[in-house]
Amino acid sequence: MGDSSYRTPLSRARGLGSAHDGVARFISERATSVALVPLSLWAIYGALKISHAGYAGATAFLQSPVNAVLAVLLIAVTALHMKMGMQVIIEDYVHQPRSKIPALLLNSAVCWLAGALGVFSILKVALLGAGAH
Amino acid sequence: MSQVKADAKAPTCARRAAPMSPHLQIWRWHVTMAASIATRATGVALYVGLLIVVGGALTLALGPSAYGTFMTVMGSPLGLLVLFGLAVSIFYHLAAGLRHLAFDSGKGFLPATANATAWASFAFGIVAAIAVFIGAFMIKG
Repeated sequence: MGDSSYRTPLSRARGLGSAHDGVARFISERATSVALVPLSLWAIYGALKISHAGYAGATAFLQSPVNAVLAVLLIAVTALHMKMGMQVIIEDYVHQPRSKIPALLLNSAVCWLAGALGVFSILKVALLGAGAH
Repeated sequence: MSQVKADAKAPTCARRAAPMSPHLQIWRWHVTMAASIATRATGVALYVGLLIVVGGALTLALGPSAYGTFMTVMGSPLGLLVLFGLAVSIFYHLAAGLRHLAFDSGKGFLPATANATAWASFAFGIVAAIAVFIGAFMIKG
């Protein structure tokens, strides 16, 4: 997440400091956390709403544009938040490059795959309705 | 020679590594330390939780029989146990996240405050999860 609007001109001119990384990660972690406060509360509401509604109820829930969009955002923002969280965990505990680098790549792959599958599945049900499968 | 202790704890060192002084067995547990560990642990649990949610969304896109199987598995005793664990995780992680956002703004670092908010986070995690489960069983009727 390169959010260069947060950087001062001097910081841009000097390049990155000793961490060889800017503040973009820090901001993305906080921004996704803040977004997930309302999104996860909505997710609990949604889960309760469809919990005993069966296939018909779940697909009907996603026909509403608001529900579909919030569901897509929930998956996407969570996938990003969890990728960053797991990355920190890997960096904290795995130090040998031969295991750290594959672990970091695997984490990225899992999060991207989960995000893409989740978003696609929701859009499929939302756009094509219950009958298209 | 086998009694010589290695002077570095490098994981690739061939000689026996020096013993570490006990820490987890000795250090008194603080609620703030438990809160930090629990925030990370619930984060990992929720990582798996999102994969389950994505699995559910996938079965919804695959059709009624796939979705039915998913819901049957989630409704089984083991499935309900996993769901309860995820519910506690999400509510605890949410409370802990808010606590960390307050820390980011510089607030809440006095030991008494940090301890109180840590306890409150644990309590919220469990109470909110129970409330949601009661709500779910009430909806079931």
